[in-house]
Amino acid sequence: MDTPENTGPDELPRRFGPIASLVRRELLLVGAVLVLLALIAIRFPAFVTPANLASVFNDTSILIIMALGQAAVIITRSIDLSVAANVALTGMTVALLNAHVPELPLLLLVALAFLQGLVLGAVNGFLVWKVGIPSIVVTLGTLTIYRGLAFVLSGGAWINSFQFSAGFLGVPRAEFLHLPLLSWLAVAVVAATTLVFDRTSIGRAWFAVGGNPTAAVYAGIDAGRTRFLAFCFSGLLSGLCGYLWVSRYAVAYVDVASGFELDVIAACVIGGVSIAGGIGSVGGTVLGALFLGIIKNALPVVNVSPFAQMAISGAIIIAAVTLNTRAERKGGRIILRPQVAAIPAE
Amino acid sequence: MAPLLQLRGISKFFPGVKALEGVELTLRPGRVTALIGENGAGKSTLVKILTGIYQPDAGEILIEGRKVHFDTPEAAQRARITAIHQETVLFDELSVAENIYLGHAPKNRFGLVNWAAIRARSMALLHSLDAPIKATMLLKNLSIAQRHLVAIARALSVDSNVVIMDEPTAALSHKEVEDLFRILARLKASGKAILFISHKFEELHRVADDYVVFRDGRTIGAGRMADATHGELVHMMVGREVDQVFPKAPATIGAAILSVKGYSHPTEFDNISFDLRKGEILGVYGLVGAGRSELCQSLFGMTHPSAGSVAIDGTFVSIRSAADAIKAGLVYVPEERGRHGAVLAMPIVENVTLGSLGAVSQRGFIRAAEEFKLARHYAQRFDLRASSLSQPVGTLSGGNQQKVVIGKWLATKPKVIFLDEPTKGIDIGSKSAVHAFMSELAGQGLAVLMISSELPEILGMADRVLVMKEGRMAGFFDREGLTAETLVQAATGNMGALR
Repeated sequence: MDTPENTGPDELPRRFGPIASLVRRELLLVGAVLVLLALIAIRFPAFVTPANLASVFNDTSILIIMALGQAAVIITRSIDLSVAANVALTGMTVALLNAHVPELPLLLLVALAFLQGLVLGAVNGFLVWKVGIPSIVVTLGTLTIYRGLAFVLSGGAWINSFQFSAGFLGVPRAEFLHLPLLSWLAVAVVAATTLVFDRTSIGRAWFAVGGNPTAAVYAGIDAGRTRFLAFCFSGLLSGLCGYLWVSRYAVAYVDVASGFELDVIAACVIGGVSIAGGIGSVGGTVLGALFLGIIKNALPVVNVSPFAQMAISGAIIIAAVTLNTRAERKGGRIILRPQVAAIPAE
Repeated sequence: MAPLLQLRGISKFFPGVKALEGVELTLRPGRVTALIGENGAGKSTLVKILTGIYQPDAGEILIEGRKVHFDTPEAAQRARITAIHQETVLFDELSVAENIYLGHAPKNRFGLVNWAAIRARSMALLHSLDAPIKATMLLKNLSIAQRHLVAIARALSVDSNVVIMDEPTAALSHKEVEDLFRILARLKASGKAILFISHKFEELHRVADDYVVFRDGRTIGAGRMADATHGELVHMMVGREVDQVFPKAPATIGAAILSVKGYSHPTEFDNISFDLRKGEILGVYGLVGAGRSELCQSLFGMTHPSAGSVAIDGTFVSIRSAADAIKAGLVYVPEERGRHGAVLAMPIVENVTLGSLGAVSQRGFIRAAEEFKLARHYAQRFDLRASSLSQPVGTLSGGNQQKVVIGKWLATKPKVIFLDEPTKGIDIGSKSAVHAFMSELAGQGLAVLMISSELPEILGMADRVLVMKEGRMAGFFDREGLTAETLVQAATGNMGALR
């Protein structure tokens, strides 16, 4: 049989490799988040009060939701640069509708935001699938197109807080069990994405196509269609965030969420989603987003100038990614690890 | 004449595989030496050692009597050894001249690339090869034969003493082969030592002065080409006791499950017809590039045929995708399971159920308990060695990865299974397990099609053998009285195709 087997009890299996290193990475991230909070607490204890932490979570909710959509895309070895432009365009659409036809029910607007986001994501996915353009090129193009459309829709005008209906602004802020609805929405999306990633065939297909496209094809998975659906998923969540963003900041204009796609991608990468595809998890992505959210919220509090803030965020992203790639490489090297014992019966 | 290059006792081991064991090789200036051997005999490993890509685990390399070590490909190049590989490694977006001089471009006195010299020398080189190519053309605009000429020009641009040609004629037409032989004669005349690797015996008899035969990583014979007959060479290449190595258990062979008629592809294969019967193992033998994998991939729905029909259980089917094929009860276990078979980052359980998620799902959601049950069933059936089913497949040994991949296919409950080089690169123990298992599958009434380049495997396992040559059927043989020689002759096209 294979040579390295049955090497004795102290060689008993430990879980290694990409999946297990993901678990380790999540623990590492939890540790990093705790250390970060402790450091901040030394300078500014009020930051770590439950109320403030809840507010930081609420502030990071949109990033969490969008990062989960992006994670699906990156896991299939693609990238979606158009998510922030999707937010701007979808946000503008619902803002205009609310401002001009205030009697439209909020539920309809939210459904519309979902639908439009889905369509914008589907356009990306279609171009990647049927036209065969690399996703970075497709979404670089659509990111400009979507923002351009937001300008066309609004004529460059701003929609300000007084133009929105009370419900439009109020509902995400409504508190339920001490947390705003926005936070609960993020929790719901986390739960739903976990279900999709772990328990549906499309989620499984995302990982298979990203991990080994050829093997996926031999298993009867249509790689193009699978990627298309990942872009749809990302678009759907971005559309929702279009409404959430405009409601949260009570303003809609062309440059809403400008550059936010980079934060979204950074959250994924910090959270251990492999740019090479096939590796990633909901837990890691959420932790990556939280890590970024805490930094963004804490730096102003500890009196760091806005310019230094950007530099520090950037440096932390690179540091986190360096750690991740090192962990990944280590995992990758352990290919012929001794295994013991056949799989036992139930 | 004194040898230019000598290999003594060269060995190379990979985990679980002895690629080369004490091989000997002597190359003399002005002579062409043919290197003959089956696929997997160790020829490519030897080329990689000679060009510094691999380092031998034992043995020595001598150049003009002096011991040398090639730690890097550059070291081999400095020792004036150059190789023209089976698949030329060139750059599509660069010009012919840049391709020829990449890595050793002449410099001007400021240390910058001397473009004028590159162009002039490239043109001179191409002219000396009678190549109708301009040095300024982009490589991507050249034909395969022209690319070969560029590869040869590149090899000659470093003024080597030893030129290795690894199946240089595989992709060439008859006329291009003649051109190549003229170049070969010129190289010989200029005193270069040439190692020529080919499966085509008629070529070898024409161009080679000496021969060396490899089998299973060992040197079996060497001598002057003029003294050896074709039959002797084939015997050296394949000769071994094969009866006991791969036992196929007797199985009742039933009605045809898969019927293929006049199946053709625009470029890869033409007019293939065969029946695959219940309980049967059909071996498909041929040289690399004969179109065997392409045929099976097309039957599996990954490429589309230009003509022909496929029937499963007597009903004509149209298979347009791999999903269609799996639904029709057909599965394909590809060669190179790492690349094509398993998703290495995924746990065993998810790999096993990847092709049959429908069976373990309810209302669109995968049920973890069902999924583990299915995976555990196949893990036990194949005696899979792993610490847990949640272990990523990438952490398993090659043989165990193969078990996971085969488990994945069986989980789809197929009627027909295609196995492409099922035991390539796995160790002897796992090999016999795979063979026993194939017998078992056939015994349970599956129809098995096995692509293999290993003659003992074909002779031991197959009930019937389809031989392919250059995309066409070159013979169909029953197990009774079949010899390795017959198969090799059909596959290499010697003494006429036997039908």
